[in-house]
Amino acid sequence: MDKNKVKEIIAKRVAQEMKDGDVINLGIGLPTLVANYISDDIDVILQSENGFVGIGPSPKEGEEDLDLTNAGGQLVTIKKGGAFFDSATSFGIIRGGHVNATVLGALQVDSKGNLANWMIPGKMVPGMGGAMDLVVGAKKVIVAMTHTAKGSPKILKECNLPLTAAGQVDLIVTEMGVMEVTDKGLLLKELGPGVTIEDIKAATEAELIISEDLKEMEI
Amino acid sequence: MNKLISIEEAVNHIEDGMTVMIGGFLAVGAPIRLIDALVEKGVKDLTLVVNDTAFIDTGVGKLIVNKQVKKVIASHIGTNKETGRQMNEGEIEVELVPQGTLTERMRAAGFGLGGILTPTGVNTMVEEGKKKIEVEGKEYLLELPLKADVALIKGAKVDKKGNILYNKTAQNFNPTMATAAGTVIVEADEVVEIGEIDPNVVMTPNIFVTYIVDGGAK
Repeated sequence: MDKNKVKEIIAKRVAQEMKDGDVINLGIGLPTLVANYISDDIDVILQSENGFVGIGPSPKEGEEDLDLTNAGGQLVTIKKGGAFFDSATSFGIIRGGHVNATVLGALQVDSKGNLANWMIPGKMVPGMGGAMDLVVGAKKVIVAMTHTAKGSPKILKECNLPLTAAGQVDLIVTEMGVMEVTDKGLLLKELGPGVTIEDIKAATEAELIISEDLKEMEI
Repeated sequence: MNKLISIEEAVNHIEDGMTVMIGGFLAVGAPIRLIDALVEKGVKDLTLVVNDTAFIDTGVGKLIVNKQVKKVIASHIGTNKETGRQMNEGEIEVELVPQGTLTERMRAAGFGLGGILTPTGVNTMVEEGKKKIEVEGKEYLLELPLKADVALIKGAKVDKKGNILYNKTAQNFNPTMATAAGTVIVEADEVVEIGEIDPNVVMTPNIFVTYIVDGGAK
């Protein structure tokens, strides 16, 4: 499948998790795309950990403001009714449970809801930025990622990269399916377009419990 | 007391081996002119406390490239390849701290607290060497206060007494850093007369500010 189509499926499905009045933090990369698919019928407040709520679209040419960026450093706008604050308040909002959901990418995620997305020892050590606080503090943690990395599984029995947080992931959305982290393991609730149970099992190292109400993603 | 000094005078307060906090988030809200003056002065063996090391040609990244830093305490170094290279070659020490923990450690230092308890980092590499404390059935890490000899911050509008207003996302770490250093130097986009800022809307009260430099952005 085309890469952009894959991202679109994931972003569209994650957007369905948003509810009216939610405060949401979207991570850098694929998660940012979710904003494009949130229903116009609901009011979702996007939080940016560098210090504001009410992220708006990219500025029009000539209206850029160098003092207004998102957490990835990209120039953005603020919606009417938005608010700026400092880093201490921003992470108070995050750790204090005032963010309804955070959407992040992952290098690895496992059947216990452990997440690894901040470093590969000896290869890539960018730092955790705000990810550890977000994953611990947000009420709901949604991992949005491609199902495999060049064919090798990212949904594992147990993460072997350094963890971002232990046991915090609630939902995993990939182009192949939607999986909920439960006490018993990963519950497969939805299959991606054209994906069979055999396909997703073959691409997943962790055991999948098949939901009795298994259905195809509606996107 | 006159707090308004020149950029040259300001950087004279920074000496080799000092711990320096510098505001900014990917260089947004960073005191660019003070940083440039530090690069020019060439002080070395600094311990930098920053959110990130910005880029090789922008913000605090220049201090890294110019090899003036022996240790960085930051939440993210991924946007500046030179920080990673120096770390891998053993030329620089890097302490990575979760962003929310970084700001709270500074706040603890500035606000007279012996540390803070945070759930962030429990059961990860971050907990190594730290005390774990259980409160009402939940585990927390004890994170210690983080202070600096000097903080270099940036304000949008600053009156000659040192009251600061920040602009949009250029605020970030600046207000907290203003509380956590022995000497606090604010680079102002615009310096205004005392009384021109409504006391109701002051974002950093003047008592935290030691010196003001006119950044000349306005």
